[in-house]
Amino acid sequence: MNFYAIRAIYKFEMARTFRTLMQSIASPVLSTSLYFIVFGTAIGSRMGDIDGVSYAAFIIPGLVMLSLLSESISNASFGIFFPKFSGTIYEVLSAPVSPFEIVAGYVGAAASKSILLGLLILLTARLFVDYTILHPIWMLVFLALTAVTFSLFGFIIGIWADDFQKLQVIPLMVITPLTFLGGAFYSINMLPDLWQTISLFNPVVYLVSGFRWAFYGVADVNIGLSLGMTGLFMLTCLATIGWIFRTGYRIRS
Amino acid sequence: MHSIIKVQDLGKTYDSGFTALNNISLEIKRGEIFALLGPNGAGKTTLISIICGIARATSGNVLADGFDIVLNYREAREKIGLVPQELTNDAFESVWSTVNFSRGLFGKAPDKAYIEKILRQLSLWDKRNAKMRELSGGMKRRVMIAKALSHEPDILFLDEPTAGVDVELRRDMWEMVRELRESGVTIILTTHYIEEAEEMADRIGVIRKGEIILVEEKSALMDKLGKKTLSIHLQCNLNAIPSELSAFNLTLDQEGSYLHFSYDSTESDRVAELLAQLNTLEIGIKDLNSSESSLEDIFVDLVKEA
Repeated sequence: MNFYAIRAIYKFEMARTFRTLMQSIASPVLSTSLYFIVFGTAIGSRMGDIDGVSYAAFIIPGLVMLSLLSESISNASFGIFFPKFSGTIYEVLSAPVSPFEIVAGYVGAAASKSILLGLLILLTARLFVDYTILHPIWMLVFLALTAVTFSLFGFIIGIWADDFQKLQVIPLMVITPLTFLGGAFYSINMLPDLWQTISLFNPVVYLVSGFRWAFYGVADVNIGLSLGMTGLFMLTCLATIGWIFRTGYRIRS
Repeated sequence: MHSIIKVQDLGKTYDSGFTALNNISLEIKRGEIFALLGPNGAGKTTLISIICGIARATSGNVLADGFDIVLNYREAREKIGLVPQELTNDAFESVWSTVNFSRGLFGKAPDKAYIEKILRQLSLWDKRNAKMRELSGGMKRRVMIAKALSHEPDILFLDEPTAGVDVELRRDMWEMVRELRESGVTIILTTHYIEEAEEMADRIGVIRKGEIILVEEKSALMDKLGKKTLSIHLQCNLNAIPSELSAFNLTLDQEGSYLHFSYDSTESDRVAELLAQLNTLEIGIKDLNSSESSLEDIFVDLVKEA
């Protein structure tokens, strides 16, 4: 195992984050705080409890997920896309590193950033909303699992994208709508039956539901199912990345 | 001297159907400077890319210091450093961090003293904290070399190392390449500057349309393929070349005052024959001047042949 290579990639990516602190950390924390203020404190105070949880507190897990998903994808996709775009990918391809080590470096860094960001958002939320975490270990498990899974997904997007537009299209056109419709701001039990069934095809529902369960002990879907679906998505991403390295798709001619 | 790189029947056909390499076989000797010459699109960069792991071969195999570049890619790649043709770099990284990144990537423990040594050798020490985007083209090229040397490779590929650099820097780089060779590094360079190959290479390979058409010691190549021209300034102008001289490859200039005799470097005894014949024909000679074709002339001749 080439640990020095994993460390080199990881350090390089983390250094980029700290170089662009405003964009990487401050900006998503600020924008999520605005959600807390507008939907949580201002509008939420006029809404009733959901499953015994105040609306302001109810939306916290969903909002953390919203940031976690978009930042995981964005960090990981940019991390691998930019070397491809600038041409510096030659160095990674010519180095004695295995696909696992490359992925561990890039995805590890992207997931670390997202977890850091998720925890910062949770801390910031505390300034506006009073909330509890019933299962802190499970909360961290869901946070880490989601960050890693969607960083893997971001890595795939970074390999697939051959211009900046494609880099943005999946997070903006697919992930954001799925998150908004995935129960971030409501319980899917509040939907008509048909839409409840349709919502179950949205993978983000399982993430938000599981994450919310870790906070308040209430969930839209069974916790085991949430973990299973997240794990399945992770395996799908891993299999796709395996295929990318086997075939050299868009990285090795 | 046994080979450090062994390329066997290497072929590369891209998805588009374009065949960049056509069953190439080539051996690079340990410790030599090998220059690979070829026109644009001949397959030079594809060959280097395959050996370094950036591209995949369609057929054949490559051994780097005895290690198969696919089956034993870790061992093989540890031996190799690459300076690519394009000046690709991380614009916001400092020289120090980008060179250290390369060392780590190639599985080497951090070694500040060694990195300092190569930065000093390449006159980059004063720029170690500068961001890559702040450097001139020549400095960036040096950083690329420092990155390639950061993991102490035994084999260094230089793909067009002096493209776009000024004459002074080019000469500095030639000197640096010689020093590297002295330290035991095998160097394979591709270049458009024939002067560069002529100046530095021990052996020369010529690639054309994906095929190696020649590999030769530079001096042997110059001897074997080098053309010589003897220019004879005549005392009296001639209207035409006398028929008695038809056995010689002669041309007469427009004014009839110069005879030019072209011959291979291996047949220099023909000069004496020609001079004797001129003497017999009582054609007076005012002056003689001989010139030898450069490697560039040889290269142009080789790649012209279809």
